[in-house]
Amino acid sequence: MARKPATKSSRTSSRSAAKGRAPRKKSTAAKKPAKAALGNNRLLDFYHEMLLIRRFEEKAGQMYGMGLIGGFCHLYIGQEAVVVGMQASLNEQDAVITTYRDHGHMLACGMDPKGVMAELTGREGGYSRGKGGSMHMFSKEKNFYGGHGIVGAHVPLGTGIAFSQKYKGDGGLCLTYLGDGAVNQGQVYESFNMAALWDLPVVYIIENNRYGMGTSVERASAEPDLMNRGQAHGIPGRQVDGMDVVQVFEAGQDAIAHVRAGKGPFILEMQTYRYRGHSMSDPAKYRTKEEVRKMRTEKDPIETLKDVLLEQSAADEDALKAMDRNIREQINMAADFAQDSPEPDPSELYTDVLIEA
Amino acid sequence: MPIQVLMPALSPTMTEGNLAKWLKSEGDSVSSGDVIAEIETDKATMEVEAVDEGTLGKILVAEGSEDVAVNTPIALILGDGESAGDLDDAAPAAPAVEDAPASAAAELAAATVELTVREALRDAMAEEMRRDETVFLMGEEVAQYQGAYKVSQGLLEEFGDRRVIDTPITEQGFAGLGVGAAYHGLRPIVEFMTFNFAMQAIDQIINSAAKTLYMSGGQMDVPIVFRGPNGAASRVAAQHSQCYASWYGHCPGLKVVAPYTAADAKGLLKSAVRDPNPVIVLENEMLYGSTFAVPDDDDVTVPIGRAKVVREGGDVTITAFSLMVGRALEAAEMLSAEGIEAEVIDLRTIRPLDIYTIVESVKHTNRIVSVEEGWPFAGIGSEIGMRIMEEAFDHLDAPVVRVTGEDVPMPYAANLEKLAVPQADRIAEAAKRTLYRS
Repeated sequence: MARKPATKSSRTSSRSAAKGRAPRKKSTAAKKPAKAALGNNRLLDFYHEMLLIRRFEEKAGQMYGMGLIGGFCHLYIGQEAVVVGMQASLNEQDAVITTYRDHGHMLACGMDPKGVMAELTGREGGYSRGKGGSMHMFSKEKNFYGGHGIVGAHVPLGTGIAFSQKYKGDGGLCLTYLGDGAVNQGQVYESFNMAALWDLPVVYIIENNRYGMGTSVERASAEPDLMNRGQAHGIPGRQVDGMDVVQVFEAGQDAIAHVRAGKGPFILEMQTYRYRGHSMSDPAKYRTKEEVRKMRTEKDPIETLKDVLLEQSAADEDALKAMDRNIREQINMAADFAQDSPEPDPSELYTDVLIEA
Repeated sequence: MPIQVLMPALSPTMTEGNLAKWLKSEGDSVSSGDVIAEIETDKATMEVEAVDEGTLGKILVAEGSEDVAVNTPIALILGDGESAGDLDDAAPAAPAVEDAPASAAAELAAATVELTVREALRDAMAEEMRRDETVFLMGEEVAQYQGAYKVSQGLLEEFGDRRVIDTPITEQGFAGLGVGAAYHGLRPIVEFMTFNFAMQAIDQIINSAAKTLYMSGGQMDVPIVFRGPNGAASRVAAQHSQCYASWYGHCPGLKVVAPYTAADAKGLLKSAVRDPNPVIVLENEMLYGSTFAVPDDDDVTVPIGRAKVVREGGDVTITAFSLMVGRALEAAEMLSAEGIEAEVIDLRTIRPLDIYTIVESVKHTNRIVSVEEGWPFAGIGSEIGMRIMEEAFDHLDAPVVRVTGEDVPMPYAANLEKLAVPQADRIAEAAKRTLYRS
């Protein structure tokens, strides 16, 4: 099917002029990471966070293959820059909610890899004590509100968290991550409408990894520029190179400033890519090996940043290798913990159904 | 003969209203379609139009009159050639007022006030909102319109639009938004205009509210109330007439209540708001206007999970909930006239079901009839029947009998609708079957 040619030159869609709030921002057209304003320490932190997620997910994939992890397991490999770049702008009272591809978000929120991995193996030491699994983990302490398994259903939930933040006047906002598949769910637009109507402090981050399971965005979305999905509600949107953590960070800063100023929701479309299948059981026949190879070699968020770090002498090869070794060790410890932690006691079957008064 | 203008009904369940204002005076000429008066009910204000041409001969009900029964003549219109002298021929007919359901025996010795179920629900919300700043109400038409069924009357004025929030028509969206707010520490009361519309939102109620405590290993509490009218109203047909008691009662992680009296409506709603779990409050539109004695005390609540014996008797147990309690009591009176004393249990809570109270009753009646408005398959009666098998089999002298809504979508025609929902005579018949006296 022929698609209408992309005619937009601007990468920003904005609120209608009638509302008088149109930010006229254009994202940088440069292919190279915009690195000027960021110090080396911050870049090293980004690198560390992304590598931690990458190694965690690789290990989770291995353990799934060994039969230690059951059910569905959706890996975040390739998309690390999105969550790492966004989380860096958050304050203590800010909240995060996401889909079932959630391991990276939990680590970026500062949750313990041991607890996350032990939940994947369904053990007592997991964040949900083995009763939630890969898709259902929470940490009130870290303001992480899940981990949700129904595509799109967490978007009203994130909007409700933002509602509560505004109700309480605590100054917080809610980062609500969703995928390119979820944007076609009706309740996403119900949420957009209420968030814009009531100026709720929420950033909707659409992680466009190009495929909702096996269906490409072009085959599922009449308007494949997902940043425009808020236009009917006057919500400004921006398309961002989600493979570049620095561009993600900068776009996140702008979006969050908009929301914190009380101007209501903002949509960020992160153009990203998952290297693995939709879940572990996906043979990924809907795309070519060449496409995946090209993204990995040309756009990998971790390799891209590594080049920058070396170029800026923020670190040398040895230091980065040492960092990798430490991370691998941390992940191995998490994997050991996840295998050593006992399965939940059978008596746990009937706990946590209701809170007893 | 002068034409009578009758007090109109604004809805199938309206029985009386107030005559707010006359827009025409005696002696004014009126044409068909002219607005002659404004009437108001607890739900809405509406204009009364003349349906005939003539002269407004006499106003029979002065403006400002309250509680004017539907079909009461409110004015007389003189046609061509008629004069004031003809007015005497048209004597006002006696207003037909339906009897309100009998008040249940007061649960508490405390001083009581007479309240409608509608007022009791409003008072429960107002009291809990005064008590706890995190409680808020959201739903369609709950604020400026004062509630589609006027349940939230006055709340906007007292609590403002921060805490009484009109939503767009977006059930899945605002149900989910409420659940998210509950995750974050608020205590939302989400009103569905009716539970029929909550089918749009049932994924949020089950998957996002009911299951989250369990999925989070006990970390995430979801203190939220979903409330609104449930079951058949009157002549609104299939899509607006369904009982959801067994749907929600099926799901672990939810509590489900379905009160009959105003006292229980108030006390259970207050308990629901204070409960740390998601609670479904199934109300009934037909009961909103019914008056009952309610304890005159802000601190009185009714515990969730306790049924109540509302009529004692030794011959047969009848369980019912919501509107059907009234029908069961009616049936009990019919049976009593034949020398059969039925014990009527108002379940009040669907989940957790108070099986103890039911079993204790069956131990001395040895017979049981379950009554519900919902469909028979996998209904509340199926559950009660099975539980009685499991826990009171040896006490039974007859098979468990259920009286349910018929296994069809609700028909519109008045006669068919009446056939589709349990009536007192069917309940009495069922009770006699357990006594082998049919």
